[in-house]
Amino acid sequence: MPTKHYLNATYGIRSWLLTTDHKRIALLYLISVTFFFFIGGFFAMMIRLHLLTPSGLLLSADTYNRMFTMHGVAMIFFFLIPSIPAVLGNFLMPLMIGAKDLAFPRINLLSWYVYVVGAAFTLYSMVTGGLDTGWTFYTPLSTVYSNSAVAPAVVGVFIVGFSSILTGLNFLVTIHTMRAPGMTWFRLPLFVWSHYATSVVMILGTPVVAITLGLAAMERVFGLGFFNPAMGGDPILFQHLFWFYSHPAVYIMILPAMGVVSELIPTFARKQLFGYHFVAAASMAIAVIGFLIWTHHMFLTGVSTYAALAFSFLTFLVAIPSAVKVFNWTATLFGGSISLDTPMLYAFGFIGLFLIGGLTGLFLGSLGTDIHMHDTYFVVAHFHYIMVGGAIMGYLGGLHFWWPKITGRMYPEWLARGAAVILFVGFNLTFFPQFLLGYLGMPRRYHVYPPEFQVYNVMSTAGASILALGYLLPLIYLTWAAFYGRVAGPNPWPATGLEWKTPSPPPTENFETTPVVTWEPYDFHHRPDLGLDVPANPALAPAHGDD
Amino acid sequence: MARAAAEVPGQFRRCEEQTRTVQSPLPFFPEQASNFAGNVDELFSFILVTAVFFSTLVTFLIIVAGVKYRRKRPSEVGEQIEGNNALEIGWTVIPLILALGMFAWGAVVYVNFRTAPKDTLDVYVIGKQWMWKLQQPNGRQEINELHVPVNRNIKLIMGSEDVIHDFYVPAFRVKMDVVPGRYNTLWFRPTRIGKYHFFCSQYCGTNHAVMGGWVTVMDPAEYATWLSGEVGDVNPVSAGERLFTQLACNTCHIANGTGRAPSLNGVYDAKVLLADGSTVTADDAYVRESILQPKAKIVAGYQPVMPTFQGLVTEEQILNLTAYIKSLQSQPVPAKGAGIAPAAATGKK
Repeated sequence: MPTKHYLNATYGIRSWLLTTDHKRIALLYLISVTFFFFIGGFFAMMIRLHLLTPSGLLLSADTYNRMFTMHGVAMIFFFLIPSIPAVLGNFLMPLMIGAKDLAFPRINLLSWYVYVVGAAFTLYSMVTGGLDTGWTFYTPLSTVYSNSAVAPAVVGVFIVGFSSILTGLNFLVTIHTMRAPGMTWFRLPLFVWSHYATSVVMILGTPVVAITLGLAAMERVFGLGFFNPAMGGDPILFQHLFWFYSHPAVYIMILPAMGVVSELIPTFARKQLFGYHFVAAASMAIAVIGFLIWTHHMFLTGVSTYAALAFSFLTFLVAIPSAVKVFNWTATLFGGSISLDTPMLYAFGFIGLFLIGGLTGLFLGSLGTDIHMHDTYFVVAHFHYIMVGGAIMGYLGGLHFWWPKITGRMYPEWLARGAAVILFVGFNLTFFPQFLLGYLGMPRRYHVYPPEFQVYNVMSTAGASILALGYLLPLIYLTWAAFYGRVAGPNPWPATGLEWKTPSPPPTENFETTPVVTWEPYDFHHRPDLGLDVPANPALAPAHGDD
Repeated sequence: MARAAAEVPGQFRRCEEQTRTVQSPLPFFPEQASNFAGNVDELFSFILVTAVFFSTLVTFLIIVAGVKYRRKRPSEVGEQIEGNNALEIGWTVIPLILALGMFAWGAVVYVNFRTAPKDTLDVYVIGKQWMWKLQQPNGRQEINELHVPVNRNIKLIMGSEDVIHDFYVPAFRVKMDVVPGRYNTLWFRPTRIGKYHFFCSQYCGTNHAVMGGWVTVMDPAEYATWLSGEVGDVNPVSAGERLFTQLACNTCHIANGTGRAPSLNGVYDAKVLLADGSTVTADDAYVRESILQPKAKIVAGYQPVMPTFQGLVTEEQILNLTAYIKSLQSQPVPAKGAGIAPAAATGKK
């Protein structure tokens, strides 16, 4: 371990709360999003326990409705959206491009404080009446009829949006202006490319949801009739505005996870990523087309048939770049030198679960089948495969992969592999039965249900208890490893990125001297510094665009 | 409403007649009981086969690669392969073709679902927290129950008193949101006699989960008997006519066309000429809008003097008023002061 690094550079609570070091801010985010993950996870456990029996096991209807709403709000706005970008992205982006920090270090700290203020409002809502509108806040239920603490929750989500905007802005400027010499656009790690795409979505989408929630808050508090039909408003307008952000928000959650997987697979297959340019372009295509498909959440609201046709068509188009990514990841494995370390297990888990999540999206994007499956448990299963199976698998894979860089210490490998397998099994047992429930016709957000649906609900609850264990294990051993793990050294895997060219943990200024990049991304053959068996006289490095 | 709330568990108690729904301990397809069920299930099966093919293929390839290319020495590296454009094109184009096929097939099913045939039996549906009120064409009302004859095209014309609800019959593979402030319609043709669940599938507050009931599909003769068996508590036309007087609509909308507002004789389902020169069909949605927001569309030749009835009439009362106006369809249209557009302007009627 280096004697001086970012963790021991200064001491005291002030040195953390007033830090402008992107690595320390990433750790502040890590603690906050982990807190919300376990709050959201607690709500999820209550939901699953309650649904063990058709008449409901332990909660009243109102309490149940609050549980699933607050589960959604905590997980989506306070965990999934900030998780990879604000924790791993914050920590790694400057290291990966050879910069000392993000372009605006103080704005970076501000974004965390904005997050905390938004979180405070939402927590206040949770303890003073809760929230029972569903995380989608559909009007006029949320603005007129709900008897829960809607206003503080909406204000909290409104505020936390600005934290995303600030982070996205910071990333875009950093990627444009702070790349090290030799770090051309097509030498950027795909993690950076996917964060570029994510940042575009954050900057363009988040203001719209902020406006929408602002209008909803004004309708609720001041009785202004934007969405309430009794005052001449239009409840469908709310859905258009809400999904204009909230559909792209799905890509805010999944694109960074795809970026993580694009780092893990080349590293643990010790092989260049297959079709680098296509994978990078696919990220951008997803970000752009992702803005044009929001009405696929609304095929059965009475929107015009023509609109439904157009949005269904575009929805099928967005499936293609995701498929291209999966095929490229798979092709990368062929001819590789594959080791099944924990991060690679998570990458495989990601591909498997994302594949199921993506393919089940086809049923919902197709107008004919959506008639039957919309608003059923099929939808619940589908988006959990994407957001939990995809985004959280990516997040945990990334945490394991970069944990030695973040803390300087290794996690216990065999325990971690076991936890990854437990997670995978628990996840599938929890959510696969929900596909079956959905096709059988069980609507979502039901606190009681007809008895014919019980068998799959019992399976799902059983799976959830295994899944919970799968999440608790990494919490425990990663924390332990941060203090007592084996010292990792600068590049334990080894991996090719710039972040591995500096000590673990890195010094506050990231690099002793500004690095100069002379190699192509994920190229193990021209990197004698990694100490691997490179074939004699390796083929000349393939040219990559504008270098 | 109190009745519905008291029925919480009972409503979902396994119905004795409902033995077909669940035979297998691990059921997969719900029962097929409407013209759409087969369409949706066939499309579902096509997408399912495609999805299973691709997920199996990728999983198989990952396992093969994981075994064949596992690391033999700790310092081994993989081969130098940058990519392959032919492969990239192949795995872009093939999924694209399949995706477009799914889109097209789905579009056909959906357009059919959204386009109701002409010869429907119309049932009015009102959703409110947390019950369904349904009204047969002869005025017979039901709560959380719907009786329909088999093999007849049924159209539900649905409105909401409060928040957004959704009428969903899994065995028919149909659902449609019930949105306050507008009418949405849903059509189907039940193909099998029996009793089937319907649910509210758009989250609508506390008792969302118990806002459901049963659709009973009957033999046409039995349905006719059932329909006449119990006289409707309120005939919608006569109730509408009473309201028309109570709300003083009749002081302006005078039948012979001499009032400050157009006569409503013959107006239902006809084209109405508006002040801005456009025409609009006087359907349920237009009648409803004219009652609640009278200034939205002004009939040509009239002043915007009608007050709004927003908050003064319930959705059910609007349905009764609509039924009454519908009953005036066959009344003689006055030469002057009629609401409907002259034949020259529309080419209809």
